[in-house]
Amino acid sequence: MKPGSNFRELTPMPDTALVDVRFGTQALRLPLGENLAAALLVAGVMPFRRTPVSGAPRGPFCMMGACFDCLVKIDGVTRQACMLTVAEGLEIEMPAAKGDLDG
Amino acid sequence: MGDADLIVIGAGPAGMSAARRAADCGLSVLILDEQPAPGGQIYRDVDRASALRGDLLGKDFTGGQKLTQRLNHESITHLKGAVVWQIEDQACVSYTQAGQGAVATAKRILLATGALERPMPMPGWTLPGVMTAGAAQILLKQSGIACERAVLVGSGPLLYLIASQMLRAGVPPLALVETQTRQDFARSLRHLGGALRGWPYLLKGLKMLWELRRGQIHRYVGATNIAIEGDQAARAVTFSSGGKTRRIASDNVLLHHGVVPNTQMARSVDIPHHWDNLQSCFVPECDNWGRTAVPAVFIAGDGAGIGGAKAAALAGEIAALAIAHDLDKLTQASRDAAAQPLRAGLHKERAARPFIDTAYPAYPGALSPQDSTIICRCEEVTAGDIRRMAALGCLGPNQTKAFGRAGMGPCQGRYCGLSVTRILSDANGTAPDITGHYRIRPPIKPVTLGEIAGMKNHVTSEEKND
Ligand SMILES: Cc1cc2nc3c(=O)[nH]c(=O)nc-3n(C[C@H](O)[C@H](O)[C@H](O)COP(=O)(O)OP(=O)(O)OC[C@H]3O[C@@H](n4cnc5c(N)ncnc54)[C@H](O)[C@@H]3O)c2cc1C
Ligand code: FES
Repeated sequence: MKPGSNFRELTPMPDTALVDVRFGTQALRLPLGENLAAALLVAGVMPFRRTPVSGAPRGPFCMMGACFDCLVKIDGVTRQACMLTVAEGLEIEMPAAKGDLDG
Repeated sequence: MGDADLIVIGAGPAGMSAARRAADCGLSVLILDEQPAPGGQIYRDVDRASALRGDLLGKDFTGGQKLTQRLNHESITHLKGAVVWQIEDQACVSYTQAGQGAVATAKRILLATGALERPMPMPGWTLPGVMTAGAAQILLKQSGIACERAVLVGSGPLLYLIASQMLRAGVPPLALVETQTRQDFARSLRHLGGALRGWPYLLKGLKMLWELRRGQIHRYVGATNIAIEGDQAARAVTFSSGGKTRRIASDNVLLHHGVVPNTQMARSVDIPHHWDNLQSCFVPECDNWGRTAVPAVFIAGDGAGIGGAKAAALAGEIAALAIAHDLDKLTQASRDAAAQPLRAGLHKERAARPFIDTAYPAYPGALSPQDSTIICRCEEVTAGDIRRMAALGCLGPNQTKAFGRAGMGPCQGRYCGLSVTRILSDANGTAPDITGHYRIRPPIKPVTLGEIAGMKNHVTSEEKND
């Protein structure tokens, strides 16, 4: 568990490779192949996005691809973090929210 | 002709059992699931997770490996990580796998897309740190990640299951804030006869309660006025129970008050639905073989009405028999003979259901939430907004789209549809069947232009990753 995170890996696997991932300006080392939303939660990333309507903070809610609250932007495409896995060199941003120019 | 005789959508208990039974009858089967591993919600990633943490997830979980093993059959192709977003012309399925769009065709389609957690709108439920209890369980099963100092809120056997799994994992929840009341329990007693026929479920329930008690997990029952406090994230749960107002500080609030059929795909092909009063949700209409009004499309499992994993597996097999008969692989007599023991099993599986559904009803506070509570998480439409639409003459959910943006966000009403129907029904004094539900149009999952542009017509051998 990282500072600021309420999520703890019960059985960290020592042989899992850690890879470099960026979330906004934050540089992270995440376990390769892990569910991306899960890895970001353990790394203490929160919120994942802000809503387009009011700018309210949001994070994963369902972990099964149904709620879309875990949306992040990768390579210009807005996608569900809970439906992706950690890959080397991911550049993750928050999707456009209220007040952003490129809405 | 076509890529397979049968396309099964969903590799949970219903889909896996159906695929195998169909293959055993001589059909070629293509099974598509958006998850990277078979199992469905109950047996999420069961093959990998059992080896890593089978002890804490329990035998009911690891037993799911028997089902995933059944996919090993030369006539079954399992496409993993394949997100289905459209069904057209009855048996033409569009999906995306690894960023690549594709179309597959078959003579029959079986929808086995399972359940979703019942939406539980309450003040603060959109704050970061608030998740469904199922989401916390998915983190535990699939990733071995536990949520610390959590409070579980709601009702039902799944809430106890998750609590006991967290306890075994060494990260017990701070408390269970339960919404069912003594009156609910009293009412459920008239279904006790049926429940006793389904005694293994009762026994499991009692065992879990005993485990929670021994683990000294505090349970508050009959909770009302539940709200989650916090500005940028969840910080506490407040509620009334036993005549007192209480507050528990916690950054992780896990909500659950039952599951409801995920009807998105069935609705997208215009299968008629009706309201189920006992389970307070819409269910798609199908006969006892899973056959729907749309000729080539069958449906099985929790997506056709909540019955649990074992019932889902049995219903999947029954649908497979009907499909095999349709496609001349099975005589009517052998179909009926093979279905008979499955139906007897189904009857037994369903025996405890009325007791459970009455003892653990949906939380009334989330069925008619206060005006300021957000209903549509995507577009931030409140219960008050929807009531105001009703006052202006809005009769059904599709009209709310004209009055505001409810249901128009990316989740397409998955977590607000039932609430909107309920609030409009209450406001207009109409039955949910009359109020109706959002019309669902494909794509039912977002698809990018790039994925469509590169669409392929066939399943190539490199994709057959099984
Ligand atoms: C989060 C959650 C956790 C649960 N945990 C338990 C539990 O621990 N114990 C228990 O007894 N019951 C549990 N249930 C209840 C559960 O619904 C059933 O017991 C059982 O999983 C139902 O089996 P099924 O085959 O009908 O559907 P599921 O097991 O839900 O399988 C449906 C499958 O369809 C796939 N799918 C859905 N939409 C698409 C799409 N568009 N494209 C591709 N694939 C798609 C999903 O990825 C999923 O794998 C849970 C339910 C939920 C929602
Ligand atoms: S957390 Fe709900 S879609 Fe990802």
